[in-house]
Amino acid sequence: MTVGYAAPPVARRSSSSYLRRLDWALFGSALALSVIGSLLVWSATQGKLLEQGLDPQSFLKKNLFNLVVGIAFAVLVSRFDYRLLRAYTPILWGLSILGLLFVLVHGSRINGAKAWIALPAGLNLQPAEFAKIAIILGMAMILSEKRDAENEPRDVDVAFALGVAAVPMVLILVQPDLGTVMVIATIVFGIIAVSGARARWLVGILAGGILVAFVAIQVGILKQYQLDRLTAFTDPNVNTRTSGYNTQQARIAIGSGGMFGTGLFHGPQTQGHFVPENQTDFVYSVAGEELGFVGAALIIVLLGIILWRAIVIALRASDLFGRLVATGVATWIAFQSFENIGMNLGIMPVTGVPLPFVSYGGTSMFASWLAIGLLINVHLRARE
Amino acid sequence: MSERSSLRLAVLGVLIVSLLVTMIGRLFFLQVVSADVYTQKASANQYRYVVTPATRGLILDQLGRPLVSNRTSLVVSVDRTVLAKQKDKGVAVLARLAKALHTTPTAISYRLEICGQGAHEKPPICWNGSQYQPIPVAKDIPQDLALTIMEKRSDYPGVTAGLEAVRVYPGLDGVNAAHLLGYLGPVSDTELAAQKKQQEAGAATSTETQLQRTDLVGRSGLEAEYDAQLRGVPGVKKLVVDQAANVVGTVGETQSTPGDYLVTNIDAKLQAVVEQQLYAAILRARSQIDKNTGTHYKGDSGAAVVMDVTNGHVLAMASYPSYDPSVWVGGITKTEYSKLTSPASNYPLISRAMQGQFVPASTWKIVTASAALQDGYTATQTYKCPSYIMVGNRKFSNFEGEAPGDVDLAKGLAVSCDTMWYQVAYDMWLRDGGNKPIAKPKDPIETMAKAFGYGRRTGIDLPSESRGRVGGRAFKTALNAQLHDAWCRRATTGYPEVAKTDPNRAAYLKALAVENCADGGVFRGGDSVNLAIGQGDTVVTPLQVATAYSALANGGTIWQPQVAKGLVASDGKVVSVFKPKKTGTLPVPKADMAFLRMAFSEVTSKPYGTGYNPFRGFPLDRLPVAAKTGTGQAAGNQQSTSWFATFAPATKPKYAVVMMVSQGGTGAGTSAPSVRKIYEALYGITGSTIDPAKSVLVGGAPATKLPTVRADGTPVYPGMPTTVQIAKPAGASPAATATSGSGPTPGPTSTGFLAAPLLLGGGLLGRRARRRRRPRAPDVRLWSS
Repeated sequence: MTVGYAAPPVARRSSSSYLRRLDWALFGSALALSVIGSLLVWSATQGKLLEQGLDPQSFLKKNLFNLVVGIAFAVLVSRFDYRLLRAYTPILWGLSILGLLFVLVHGSRINGAKAWIALPAGLNLQPAEFAKIAIILGMAMILSEKRDAENEPRDVDVAFALGVAAVPMVLILVQPDLGTVMVIATIVFGIIAVSGARARWLVGILAGGILVAFVAIQVGILKQYQLDRLTAFTDPNVNTRTSGYNTQQARIAIGSGGMFGTGLFHGPQTQGHFVPENQTDFVYSVAGEELGFVGAALIIVLLGIILWRAIVIALRASDLFGRLVATGVATWIAFQSFENIGMNLGIMPVTGVPLPFVSYGGTSMFASWLAIGLLINVHLRARE
Repeated sequence: MSERSSLRLAVLGVLIVSLLVTMIGRLFFLQVVSADVYTQKASANQYRYVVTPATRGLILDQLGRPLVSNRTSLVVSVDRTVLAKQKDKGVAVLARLAKALHTTPTAISYRLEICGQGAHEKPPICWNGSQYQPIPVAKDIPQDLALTIMEKRSDYPGVTAGLEAVRVYPGLDGVNAAHLLGYLGPVSDTELAAQKKQQEAGAATSTETQLQRTDLVGRSGLEAEYDAQLRGVPGVKKLVVDQAANVVGTVGETQSTPGDYLVTNIDAKLQAVVEQQLYAAILRARSQIDKNTGTHYKGDSGAAVVMDVTNGHVLAMASYPSYDPSVWVGGITKTEYSKLTSPASNYPLISRAMQGQFVPASTWKIVTASAALQDGYTATQTYKCPSYIMVGNRKFSNFEGEAPGDVDLAKGLAVSCDTMWYQVAYDMWLRDGGNKPIAKPKDPIETMAKAFGYGRRTGIDLPSESRGRVGGRAFKTALNAQLHDAWCRRATTGYPEVAKTDPNRAAYLKALAVENCADGGVFRGGDSVNLAIGQGDTVVTPLQVATAYSALANGGTIWQPQVAKGLVASDGKVVSVFKPKKTGTLPVPKADMAFLRMAFSEVTSKPYGTGYNPFRGFPLDRLPVAAKTGTGQAAGNQQSTSWFATFAPATKPKYAVVMMVSQGGTGAGTSAPSVRKIYEALYGITGSTIDPAKSVLVGGAPATKLPTVRADGTPVYPGMPTTVQIAKPAGASPAATATSGSGPTPGPTSTGFLAAPLLLGGGLLGRRARRRRRPRAPDVRLWSS
């Protein structure tokens, strides 16, 4: 692998070339997931909305709007000048820190966490989602600024990169949004691993993570409901009305879907509102019930295609920055998907992270598509 | 970019693939492998049923008079889920409520316990319904208290007061009929389990006809026998419930259909007369001195049956001791229940008329005489009637050692000679081979007894009827098969436990055992003699006697006794009319039966007849009464059983009247005067004049048609009050078997209650008007369930 290959500036490329070189498998999978997600959100919400005398399509419309905005973001980011992106990274990082600080002071509390900035027109923004991107870009920038002939990041850089990640992580932990922190921790680990940092860093981070988790539980930083949610998945039958209820109902919904599902809009569990949050965190249960194994597995397959493309893009990236960005995106989507679907399937604790592209939620949709934009950007500058 | 970086990226790729595979695998397990489990769970999950119990059908007498009706009761119910949400778990509320109801908070909280979870008592002390359902804790509360509870919502969160339909026994003309009517009790776990099993086996039980946990079912009498028809079909509202158990929608709703009205053959006025006359006979017995013991007769129990001999209709049936059937309404208390089941009260729950078994004594001679006529004996031949005869080394005497000398058959029956029948039966026994019976013994008396319906259930439409027993050869064989081994064991071991206190008795018992071991199954001469006059091992129910005498009266048809006459829907449409059911024919020639009817009529008409005195002055010339007295020697140190079995008019019989008083003295002395009174009531007899207009039966005879029930459910009957509504109560209140665990229950309880005063004071409320109000009815249910 050679170092120092400089990508040609994007701006000079023609539109037709952009479309020709676009990773259509990646883009298509993300779009397919988003469309399936929109249908699921529609199915999950129309009954409730109808009962409340509201427009039964309002969530669908909002979701489609979010999708369009997300794709626009992705296109914008993919065409952004690579070097400019690196230059703007510190600013992005700073903005995300400001956003996180802002929610702690003025944020609105949803489901126990102060994680949202309420915007006019009923929109809510979740700075933590953008923080993921800021962290990926920040760490990639620091870890790829190596001196010549060095194959691995210096310890100073690794420490600095960890610091860049640690600040937003602490702020998110305070909200508290444990799920996002876990996702970011995985991203951090993935980026540092792929950056070529010495193995002792990886061992150290793992050990440190375990230690922090242990202390957090002992000292009581974790709230009881968080502990309950974390432990509920091990025995979801314990308390069907509280912690384990969501996962149990979600599993009943998925299990009752069978091979081909009950059909969209026809899932008794979904339409009877037995699964709470079933347009956001538990949207996968709607897929399981109404689309069956075929539909639910398709979602995993589509995610798999995105991840496969992300890994390939990382491998073929023209420089370490690009590779680390792609790696960050891959670990992010991989772990967050696993976290979310695993929670629906009862094999992961309930932590409240959305399923990328599929769950309802503007910020999640924007962030997911920004991630796609980053991948496309890296891909467009990859070695042929 | 280093090799290490690429390698690690590859590892990351592998990790990601493993995550994806894990998810697919788990998904496959959930959706394909164990899909059935979750499908089942899902279907159990989302529906709750709110059941509106159907109004139970009334039970009417033959003219439409209500024997069992419904009334509304103000009931207080407590919702546990609301209490649990109070800061103090509802302690203060319960304390307030207890004070208002003049009880203790502990007593109320017992009622709120779910049965089976360490509960203190059986229902109604604990609750056997759903925990999501408001639990009734008090019935028949004053109206002002109900108003207070519904107005001061903040003082009584989770407490509601509302109207509920409960059984009521109008007791017109003082009628009791407890044994006929029966009572209701909560559905049992066994029944629910059986129902579930049936459903799982695929039997088509729709939700509508299912028993609910809180249902009341008939537990005895007509309420039990015709439970399915009386119960009706509850209305079921199928609700979709979300994860917080909030009702989010209604999927389906069926209206409740009130149960059918059961029209009986019972005439309330006649039943009342029969009950009074039975009690009069009991008192008569108690006023007499038993010459054998020198004490008053105990008259511990008794029964009387009036039957239409032409079709088996039971017009009246009484049993003493009785009880007030309303003690069961709203759940019987422990004290009340132990009263009904204690030996001191002499088990008033048992209907002596069809469950009590007594030695038939001389009433049995209807069998013996028929058998003799079939076996070659004639009516006109001379029978010897000495004061006693010897059978083997045992002396068998006439009643009180009388010796009327030579008699013919009619006179023998009239004077109730025993010894002539001893001889007849003994001769029959000898012809059958005596102690070494021939291959196919004729056993004329035993065969005739079975033809008369003795030794088997009459098949009356009431539950738990007794069989009785014919103490003949078959019985001895069966008894021997059962006890032979025990007898032989005792023959060697003796009775050491008895010997400790009474060596003489032990020796006697051992000797008996030795004898029985040797030939206990043998039908002996003494047994045949006992069988001839209805003593010894033979026992019968008063209902069997009435059926047998009816058969002789009507010319040989054994009708199945029938209490119910038909069913009428609550809107007045006739559902069904029960036809008389023939269960046998007497193998007796018409001429013999005519002779016997004449002979029995001489019991009352001839001065030497045992029933002559009690019927002195009765217009027997116009209304000949065929009768047979009976004075049974019961086993042990019991006093004799008084019987009087009759039918009339002897020339063209219509009614059979049978009365029995246990430990009551002679048939003529105790029962006969009361039977006479019953005939006087039936025919409107004053002194010696007969006036059908004065009969307790309107029109002088049982009605041939079913009574009218108006479309609004009010039965029409002679002498009915014109202003008071007796029939149906205000629909039934919807009760949730499993409503939402939290939040307001469907149906505004407060507005529901506001309708209550209207209903309470409401005269004849049309059914339509009531139906409109039904949805607003309070959401409570009887704790008696």
